[in-house]
Amino acid sequence: MKAVKKMSLEDYKGVFIYAQQVDNHIDNIAFELLGKAKDLAKPLNTQVTAVLLGYQVGNLTDELAEYGADRVIVVDDPELKEYRTEPYAHALASVIEKYKPEIVLVGATAIGRDLGPTVSARVHTGLTADCTSLDIGDFPLQPKPNQEQKHNQLLMTRPAFGGNTIATIACPDNRPQMSTVRPGVMQKITPVKGAKAEVIEYNPGFTPNDRYVTIEKVVKKVTETVDIQKAKILVSGGRGVGSAENFKILKDLADVLGGEVSSSRAAVDNGWVPKDLQVGQTGKTVRPQIYFAIGISGAIQHVAGMEDSDLIIAINKDESAPIFDVADIGIVGDLNKIVPKLTADIKAELAKKA
Amino acid sequence: MKIIVCIKQVPDTAGGVKFKPDGTLDRAAMLAIMNPDDKAGLEAALRIKDETGAEVTVLTMGLPKATDVLREAIAMGADKGVLLTDRRLGGADTWATSSTIAAGIRKLGDYDLIITGRQAIDGDTAQVGPQIAEHLGIPVISYAQAIKVNEAEKTVEVERQFDDRYHVLKAKMPCLITALSELNTPRYMTPAGIWDAVDAEITTYNRDDLTTLKDEDCGLAGSPTKIAKASDKVRKGAGTLFKDIDADAGAAVICEELAKKHYI
Repeated sequence: MKAVKKMSLEDYKGVFIYAQQVDNHIDNIAFELLGKAKDLAKPLNTQVTAVLLGYQVGNLTDELAEYGADRVIVVDDPELKEYRTEPYAHALASVIEKYKPEIVLVGATAIGRDLGPTVSARVHTGLTADCTSLDIGDFPLQPKPNQEQKHNQLLMTRPAFGGNTIATIACPDNRPQMSTVRPGVMQKITPVKGAKAEVIEYNPGFTPNDRYVTIEKVVKKVTETVDIQKAKILVSGGRGVGSAENFKILKDLADVLGGEVSSSRAAVDNGWVPKDLQVGQTGKTVRPQIYFAIGISGAIQHVAGMEDSDLIIAINKDESAPIFDVADIGIVGDLNKIVPKLTADIKAELAKKA
Repeated sequence: MKIIVCIKQVPDTAGGVKFKPDGTLDRAAMLAIMNPDDKAGLEAALRIKDETGAEVTVLTMGLPKATDVLREAIAMGADKGVLLTDRRLGGADTWATSSTIAAGIRKLGDYDLIITGRQAIDGDTAQVGPQIAEHLGIPVISYAQAIKVNEAEKTVEVERQFDDRYHVLKAKMPCLITALSELNTPRYMTPAGIWDAVDAEITTYNRDDLTTLKDEDCGLAGSPTKIAKASDKVRKGAGTLFKDIDADAGAAVICEELAKKHYI
């Protein structure tokens, strides 16, 4: 095998995470990445660095410290006011080139899945997309004749084929080892109040060129956003719910249980619920304690986003619906009758115990 | 103007995922289709063609049978098809794939716009589009939900989707856009288009034709990421299915379960 770009791998140290912020709010994914980064830093005997990019974001460093950052590198510049690929990629790639991390984790968000590939191509390293599990271990996993087994490698596990296959990937000869990580999968730590991180301010300089796009307009969705990834109980509806109005019976059920409403792609495509409530491959991955799949057939793309829920309860009139293959409890029947009755039963049960 | 659309032939995971009796994927039994996001990208290009008379070239990298999707694209209205195929290009990760496709695009020469799908349904990485742009040194706009070309200004205006908002971005051409399936509903092949597609000559480039591509940037050897282990996911089995019960009994079953597990 020909050597790729000559790098001294030992020069690269530390676990870095990209601390995604939008409108001066750190995204939850940054805390999840910090939680994972702490796990990875232990066997490597190294520290965790958060890379914070934005404009006037210096006030956010303490929060990153509370969630586990030993150090925060801040690039603060007017060019970074809103996310744009080029100035953000330039900033992150410059940080990587200057500080030489061994591992860089980026959230697999609508931002991270643009920033990650651009930066990895720029610094000439591999990037593993949408990881659901990260570990430190040997590559190859078992010793092989005529191949050096490298230790302390980042082993990145991800689903592919719409969740039907699982692959574990390593990046043995290039640094940093980069991965985008699926939101909602890694565990954040309980924040340590008053924790402080070493803060380094760094600015690589920004020279706008043809690759800097201009933002003509920012259009925020006016709907109140619910983070379905944080919900302990999700009542999810699909095509079978039939209309936007009929989501009311799901909302009633969610309300008595203190849960939230989510949906399959079909309900979003029909315009019944907003996109941010969508569970699945092109929506969000969730793993609540209870997941109700109501009028959801269970296409593989949907199942990939919810199959790790603790308890899955499916209601569908079609007994051959694939959702029943992953449900712990499946009820074949009319959701319009079962759901309101269930809500009433739960209310009665709660009243009895009150 | 000239538009290059990058498309990929993928197994149809949406319509017909097939499993063998042992629970592993039966790839041979699955249909090969044009990747849905790529098809939306192609449709976006064809709409620009309808408006401006742009020339649309479709490009794919893969086995010789991937010409099927090039012919399908021509039957929909694309003008030319280009296949990058060579055993020496096989086993490529997203770095090596994007380097190779960028070399293929350089070989084609002039272009104003490159459109790729956001992600392919087999790999789901969403990496190859932005990485092609990086190798070519042009701006990238990912997650496009609307595209408007201004030929006179040589600019393109794109609605770029995020979780809770979208940005209207303006970029100078040449640039690369990655398309979401939500962008449009792709047109069907036309009978005349199918005739064209049968006769259309597909340009094929092998490794040696890609003169700007370095050996260390392509194929398995040029891939920084290596597979340590791969397996088909064995799904957890089904639980209890209650059928032939009425709504009251169905609700009661669920309520009991919630109580038993102390959720209520």
